Amino acid sequence: MDAMVRELSYAQAIQEAMAIAMDMDERVFLMGEDIGVYGGAFQVTGDLVERYGTERVIDTPISELGGAGVAVGAAVTGMRPIFEFQFSDFATLAMEQIVNQAAKMRFMLGGEVSVPVVMRFPAGSGTGAAAQHSQSLEAWLGHVPGLKVIQPATPYDAKGMLLAAVADPDPVMIFEHKLLYKMKGPVPEGYYTVPIGKADIRREGRDLTIVATSIMVHKALDAAATLEAEGIDVEVIDLRTIRPMDKQSVIDSVKKTSRLMCVHEAVKTLGIGAEVSAMIAESEAFDYLDAPIVRLGGAETPIPYNPELEKATVPQVPDIISAARDLVKGVR
Amino acid sequence: MAGAGKAVADSRANLPFVYRQYSAEQLKQVLYKMYLIRRFEEGAEESYMRGLIHGTMHLSIGQEASAMGICMPLGEDDQITSTHRGHGHCIAKGAEVKRMFAEFFGKTTGYCKGRGGSMHIADVAKGNLGANGIVGGGIPIAVGAALSSKMMKTGKVVVSFFGDGANNEGAFHEALNMAAVWKLPVIFVCENNGYGMSTSTARSTAVKNIADRAAAYSMPGVIVNGNIFSEVAEASYKAVERARSGEGPTLIESKTYRHRGHSKSDRNRYRTKEEIEDWMSNRDPITLFENELREFGFIDDKGIEAIRSGVAQEIADGIEFAKASPSPDVSETGNYVYTEQA
Repeated sequence: MDAMVRELSYAQAIQEAMAIAMDMDERVFLMGEDIGVYGGAFQVTGDLVERYGTERVIDTPISELGGAGVAVGAAVTGMRPIFEFQFSDFATLAMEQIVNQAAKMRFMLGGEVSVPVVMRFPAGSGTGAAAQHSQSLEAWLGHVPGLKVIQPATPYDAKGMLLAAVADPDPVMIFEHKLLYKMKGPVPEGYYTVPIGKADIRREGRDLTIVATSIMVHKALDAAATLEAEGIDVEVIDLRTIRPMDKQSVIDSVKKTSRLMCVHEAVKTLGIGAEVSAMIAESEAFDYLDAPIVRLGGAETPIPYNPELEKATVPQVPDIISAARDLVKGVR
Repeated sequence: MAGAGKAVADSRANLPFVYRQYSAEQLKQVLYKMYLIRRFEEGAEESYMRGLIHGTMHLSIGQEASAMGICMPLGEDDQITSTHRGHGHCIAKGAEVKRMFAEFFGKTTGYCKGRGGSMHIADVAKGNLGANGIVGGGIPIAVGAALSSKMMKTGKVVVSFFGDGANNEGAFHEALNMAAVWKLPVIFVCENNGYGMSTSTARSTAVKNIADRAAAYSMPGVIVNGNIFSEVAEASYKAVERARSGEGPTLIESKTYRHRGHSKSDRNRYRTKEEIEDWMSNRDPITLFENELREFGFIDDKGIEAIRSGVAQEIADGIEFAKASPSPDVSETGNYVYTEQA
């Protein structure tokens, strides 16, 4: 029997996933700053504290390093914590526990433990929160073996990938773009998972592959709709997982379209687009390329406060359209 | 652990804590393990000099009473997090030296299958969640383990060992605060050996005693002479009772000294020969404990000799076991990064 499908926001989908995880497994609990009665800075935990109590929806002090470490310690000793960072920028305060401890503990101990911790990071710009509350740092963590790093782009994936993350025995870092929290989409009731490590072809096309992450998936789809009217048929791949990356889906797509563009909000230099581009250059798909690879990413600047400047620092739909036209026409 | 019989206990009424609390057999076992820690580290040092061990190591020679005293009241299910100077903690919590040697030699029979080495030595089955290469790194993890104990109602107590250097890390302060706010069954044990690498606590730390920090987190702060086994064990015993009964954490400052340098690269330029000599000659924890055991009639010279030769044999066997064990194959470099292999 098919589960009932409703329209839920991305934030509601995450909240529902956390509730299902807590219903299914008493080891699952939530930790984070102001996730209790406040409901979380972005109302993702909402009223879960009323349903599950303060012992399973734990407000932490403003102690990102210590809090992350507590989550790691609880995970290696049998619990299944879901730790919410109030903003992904605050990962910088907890890098020690994430990078040196969570990512490496299983390895350093020769497989004697696993670290089934889930960390959630509200990320990205567009809220006017300026330079210290708007970053996209997923590539930082994607560089660390031992971590899994995901970026769901839709409410359906947000729920299914969070449930997959909770079931995963290894540390999973989830980057959630803040502008997606209010986006609505179809979400089935009940339990389901969306696999970590599998990209999704959001739109099939013949002329150009756009590999996008998070909110850029939607911008790429908008651009593709415009480009279609001009006779340019774009394939949009939602990478969904940064580590481990689904290389084969991208390779197969590029072999079909012979053109590749990577689009992400994070700073372009040394970013995920660079990784995807290099991966294609090393693969059998390289011989199929008809044009140089194009990358669109964040400008080489902190995120500014002024709304016009803020928009200008990350790729927008017209930027994608323009770059796609040039790429297909062979301008570059 | 079982206490001594009542009649025996009465005759020991005026003796220090451990001689009232534990049987002669248990105390002899403590001496055995203190020697085991000392000789293990000497054996590791010698193996390093001979090129059998690479990397570096941080020896705790001179701190054996601290490791043994803190672990004395712990049960096998209780857990610890340890430090880069963690060989003593590992043995005190029940590890076998042959598997520790094997780890130091990088062999598959080592506790971490050769992936961790000295700085990440662990024995999860015995409750040692691991040494740590990051100063203060294990402290929040111990609080997390204590949170698990409370949430799962397992009754486990968790000890977090760290050094004086860690008391100036943010992780220490964040962890102590959370443990106190949530009344978690955790004991913070600062083994203050006087120096964070080369920098003395006098030059690095604003408070005179690290135990003074406990006041800021509303928990008992206890100072013990870390070289006197009974003092350490008594403080640990009380802290375990407090933690086990749900009253929350304790900070124990165990004042001690490392005879060796910080690591193998240390030239000991920041302390005098006289200072080191004084600690080695006059305050050696094994000598102090051995003298007490002898004085109180728990052991005689023959018994001590039996312990020393037993330890020597176990160390020799351990080194042979490590030498004879296989190294991991380079094709297995990627193992244990993730739970499911790609």
